[in-house]
Amino acid sequence: MNQNLSEKAKGWYLQNIDILSKRLNGSSKNLLSELREKSKKKFLELDFPNRKNEEWRFTDVTPILKHNFIPSILIDKTKFTPEEIKKYLFTGFDFYLLTFINGIFEEDLSDLKNLPNGLIAGSLNKILKDKPELIHDNIDKFSVEQNIFNALNSIYAYDGFVIIADKNVVLDKPVQILFLNGNNENEVLASPKNLIIANNNSQLSVIVNYKGFGDKNYFMNSTVDVFIGESALIDYYKIQDENDDSFHIEKIYAVQNSKSIFNQFNISFGGSLVRNDINSKLDGEFTETHYYGLYLAQDNQHVSNYTFIDHAKPNCMSNELYKGILDDNSHGVFNGKIFVRPGAQKTNAYQQNKAILLSKDAKINTKPQLEIFADDVKCTHGAAVGHLDEEAEFYIRSRGVPQELAKSILIRAFAYDVIESMKIEELKEQINHRIFERLHRVEFQNNLS
Amino acid sequence: MLVIKNLHANVEGKEILKGINLEVKAGEIHAIMGPNGSGKSTLANVLAGNKGYEVTEGEIWFEGKNLLELEPEERAREGLFLAFQYPIEIPGVSNATFLKTAINEKRKHLGLPELTPKEFLDLMREKSKILGMDDSLISRSVNVGFSGGEKKRNEIFQLLMINPKLAILDETDSGLDIDALKIVANGVNVFHNDENAVIVVTHYQRLLNYIVPDYVHVLSKGKIVKSGGKELALELEEKGYDWITSDELESQNA
Repeated sequence: MNQNLSEKAKGWYLQNIDILSKRLNGSSKNLLSELREKSKKKFLELDFPNRKNEEWRFTDVTPILKHNFIPSILIDKTKFTPEEIKKYLFTGFDFYLLTFINGIFEEDLSDLKNLPNGLIAGSLNKILKDKPELIHDNIDKFSVEQNIFNALNSIYAYDGFVIIADKNVVLDKPVQILFLNGNNENEVLASPKNLIIANNNSQLSVIVNYKGFGDKNYFMNSTVDVFIGESALIDYYKIQDENDDSFHIEKIYAVQNSKSIFNQFNISFGGSLVRNDINSKLDGEFTETHYYGLYLAQDNQHVSNYTFIDHAKPNCMSNELYKGILDDNSHGVFNGKIFVRPGAQKTNAYQQNKAILLSKDAKINTKPQLEIFADDVKCTHGAAVGHLDEEAEFYIRSRGVPQELAKSILIRAFAYDVIESMKIEELKEQINHRIFERLHRVEFQNNLS
Repeated sequence: MLVIKNLHANVEGKEILKGINLEVKAGEIHAIMGPNGSGKSTLANVLAGNKGYEVTEGEIWFEGKNLLELEPEERAREGLFLAFQYPIEIPGVSNATFLKTAINEKRKHLGLPELTPKEFLDLMREKSKILGMDDSLISRSVNVGFSGGEKKRNEIFQLLMINPKLAILDETDSGLDIDALKIVANGVNVFHNDENAVIVVTHYQRLLNYIVPDYVHVLSKGKIVKSGGKELALELEEKGYDWITSDELESQNA
């Protein structure tokens, strides 16, 4: 990528800051305006990464920079009715619902009836107006760091989801968060800044559901900070299923306190460029962290998964299982870093990533990175890349099953251990179904009816 | 039912089958015996249509159809079944769903309606009872976590469910203890009648005590070097393979 393109893109986004500031003129100063000033400085210092940058070696961001995306706060909202958004939701089970159109909260499209005492779920923008003290200490603590996309997120952060569970609150049903992105007239930048706080002994299940609409290209550039208190548990389902030509970059940063459990599912159904950065800092003893990933790509799509598990304290366990299914000319990346700090003794860290290539032109880069600075640890990793097993395909066909269906059976079998680890039964079948829809393949359903 | 003429086949460029001739009629049980590397499993895989095996010469006719022109699934729908030496594990797909798919694909081909869930469950109960299979094995993923014996039993369960015209058993006896062997053999005997046929591919005579063949063929270096009745199997058990395979070599060289 040439320097000009980065400069041009930076110029575009900086020019829009002035328009945004004018537009917001009159609103009182708040955490976000302070953050905007701070991030603007960082944004000026940094460049958009090129492939000489180790963290972006496999991800070419040039296609994003060629577009002039307009921050969603600066364009007219697309109106939806509650009826119209139903088709974008995961259904068949009870949930609380938060809906965001291009990263901006839509109260009328949300359902927060009967939230239990001690649970806050809603819009960052609203909470900043009503009760900023609730999030003052937590907003933007980690996710900016040195990444220009995260700085860009902070500059245009206007809204996002906030979920806060008080001590001992156990959520009775999941919170589903719908991010519906796109537009029919403009190329839009959605820039939500999101926050989850699970205080001590609380338990949360969150489904973050990314969908696209409209004809125009868009860029979803998001961050999520997650704080997990002592003995708290979060089941976090990220399910990215957006327009084929969309761009999606998100950084999730979770900090775990002692005895907490974090189950992170990262399901990507593709887009023109999807980049998931998922990070956990294990900042207390006896924590458990499970990362499950499943990613699909077809045509010329690119899906990158960068995971980073930071074992900062002793006696923690992390287990990571990623599966990729790549068709046509698509390109997948798995980069899994495990960092065991000095003193983080009795660490158990496991990592496994597997990918199947459904065509001869699909490509995968995998890179495990184990950096271990303690001596009493158990740490294993494994990677396997291949095509669908021909012997297995022959076995299935020899029972009278057509070749295409035999391949679908093997695809389902490949994705099985990731999907089976999910705790919401109805979600499993809907995700299985979507795999075949996305790959344009005949569906194999594992039921007798 | 099955006619094999001068069949030659390669695996990875190496000729394994060097001119097999064999005819199997309805109602018959044939045993194909032979030492390791003689081409027994190759023959079984070629019949079922495994793409890893290349037929270079010869013909195979099955129920009047040219088998070599058919894909593996078409062969299955025409009534051919191979019980695998090494059955494959399929996580996340239950035995029941798998078999329902297989049976309904075949019925579709034959112009029959799909089985109703009740018909299918009744059929499963009837057939699993013959093999003394636990209901849990049926609801579990295909062969996942099965012992070697359970996998072989599951192959015969599939055989009974699919009910083909010709069953080829590829080393179904390997890895079975005597009790499992009897159960598996009983399953095959329940399957067998005047209208279907069985080809038992095996290294040892043991299984043939329970599945009694009408014909025994000895395969050596890619050819059938001797054929006879069931007593030939006993003779092989007693004397081993050397006396036949070396005789044959001498006569070839002569």
